[in-house]
Amino acid sequence: MAVVETRNLTKVFKEGELGAVNNVNLETREGEFLVFLGPSGSGKTTLLRMIAGLETPTEGEILIGGRVVNDLSPRDRRIAMVFQSYALYPHLSVYKNIAFPLKAQKVDKKFHKEKVEWAASLLGIGALLERKPRELSGGERQRVALARAIVREPSVFLLDEPLSNLDAKLRLSAREELERFHRRVGTTTIYVTHDQVEAMAMGDRVVVLNKGVVRQSGTPKEVYDNPADTFVATFLGSPPMNLVENGDVIVGFRPEHFRPAAGVTDAAVPFRLNVENIEYLGSEWIVSGTLVGGSLEGKKVIARLGSAQDLQLGKTYDFAVPHRELKFFDGASQIRVDARPVTWR
Amino acid sequence: MAMSRRKVKSIGAAQSPLLGAAMFGPAVIYILALVGGPFLLAVFYAFSDARIGSVEMHYVGLENFRSILQSPSFRISVRNSIIFTLCSQLVVIVGSSILALALEKPFRGRGLVRFLILLPWVAPIALGAIGWKWILDSIYSVITWVLVALHVFKPYNAPMWLGEPYLAMASVLLVHSWRLMPFSTVILIAGRTAIPKDIPEAAQVDGAGFWRTQFQIILPMMRPIMSVAILFGIIFTFTDMTVVYILTAGGPFDSTQTLPSLAFATGIQGSDLAAGAAISLFLVPILVIIAYFMLRVAHRAEVT
Repeated sequence: MAVVETRNLTKVFKEGELGAVNNVNLETREGEFLVFLGPSGSGKTTLLRMIAGLETPTEGEILIGGRVVNDLSPRDRRIAMVFQSYALYPHLSVYKNIAFPLKAQKVDKKFHKEKVEWAASLLGIGALLERKPRELSGGERQRVALARAIVREPSVFLLDEPLSNLDAKLRLSAREELERFHRRVGTTTIYVTHDQVEAMAMGDRVVVLNKGVVRQSGTPKEVYDNPADTFVATFLGSPPMNLVENGDVIVGFRPEHFRPAAGVTDAAVPFRLNVENIEYLGSEWIVSGTLVGGSLEGKKVIARLGSAQDLQLGKTYDFAVPHRELKFFDGASQIRVDARPVTWR
Repeated sequence: MAMSRRKVKSIGAAQSPLLGAAMFGPAVIYILALVGGPFLLAVFYAFSDARIGSVEMHYVGLENFRSILQSPSFRISVRNSIIFTLCSQLVVIVGSSILALALEKPFRGRGLVRFLILLPWVAPIALGAIGWKWILDSIYSVITWVLVALHVFKPYNAPMWLGEPYLAMASVLLVHSWRLMPFSTVILIAGRTAIPKDIPEAAQVDGAGFWRTQFQIILPMMRPIMSVAILFGIIFTFTDMTVVYILTAGGPFDSTQTLPSLAFATGIQGSDLAAGAAISLFLVPILVIIAYFMLRVAHRAEVT
């Protein structure tokens, strides 16, 4: 088990262009489940591939277990990686797929069977050992890929969007399984995803990346409740945080905190909402509309309510957001600033 | 789904029952005229005593086959054909695997190198073979000249590349491999690019070095496409006589004679059409076996 650290890590693919990864400083904790979250093109996969040794950094250092590994090949870094496509060897049986890392790292042959069976039983694929990858379902392939990764007992796990090839239903159960798996083996894990739900659900900490830059890192709660800038604020949460420009600041509030004024008892900022659309999603209602009055006239916002049965399309209602749920961002730099009073009338 | 498809089909057939036949016709006529006709003619000749310049022809039963099987030239040719085919395929597949590996990743001038490697395949074979005839000439050979200049051989003792049985065979074999290599290389490059990049990367992370990745991951994955390259190569080699004919014409002493060149020498140059046809018929069973394997490989490639 080990800690992964990056120091000023930068990757520029084409000279003169903006780097895919810029000046990233990160440190995992022992046994942590760290998630890299970002939209496509944010550099999260490049970052992971540099840690794996599949990509050479343009600048900066990578440390695994306190040792600089920049010049080590992937095989010498004691890491295991699960690819988005799983990258199972199609011509080898499941058994041979799982045994391949042992063979490649010249583990004594007499331990192979025992270790493969241990890894397979850990993932519940003991019955599939004689099959070829093409005879497996998506979920089974993912487990084989995980078994192949765990069998050599690596010090770090790198997972590159391992759930994105599964259908929605399977994804949920595979996610839970991955979490349980991590709790059991306790290996430091870095997990790359573009899915904020996955990141929130699985991560001990989440690193939000955009355009190769770390925007924020923290626990899911920190990142969700106290976004460092407007990018993080809108990337996490569905529907995203409402951002309303008001003078030189941007005021942000989560849709679930934007409620009819009658139900808000804390000190709150009042708004007037003209309801334009109502969606019923079973457990909740999504109400979208525009603000009315003053400097906020015409700004689009979304509310997430337990019930919107009393609301009617085209009518204007009194809404409110508790003071402590309002976030403020600098209008120019988009970065979070201290709370301040809101005046819009 | 199945219903509607059947319906469409029947409408098409009802509208123009001859359309299918008309579309199919040219291919059938082409194959019958240029492959089927000559083949039947060869079978016909093989049981006769047809000769060039003679108008008479009689049925002689298996007489031609009997006399061919007793001829030492024929036995040598069969042996040479097998050696020629197997060895050249070995050279080609090893050589083209190395070339495909070298040409896979982009580097400066890759386009030019690819073009140069394709050249032997694109250029007319007669031209290339005549070039090699000069390169390997007994008096003017540049190879000999270089080796003499390097003091590997004395000038009076230099090897006769096309004049000594083993050397001649080796020369013919290597020139033919040179010609086939581009084709096989192109197929193998395509095969390599078809392998997802993830897989060799996964092998790398799993701890496999370069050789293990190549031999235990990439090559096994390339097996179907490699079989295609080999089977095509076998057919191109087994039925081809161009290189042999131009470089050595089967000599010295039949040491490079193969079945096609023997059939040509006997049937056309030696005027014994019947014997030539009979010799060429010996190619058929072997080619049928190869065709069977080709279809099987093609089918398997479709399924997976």
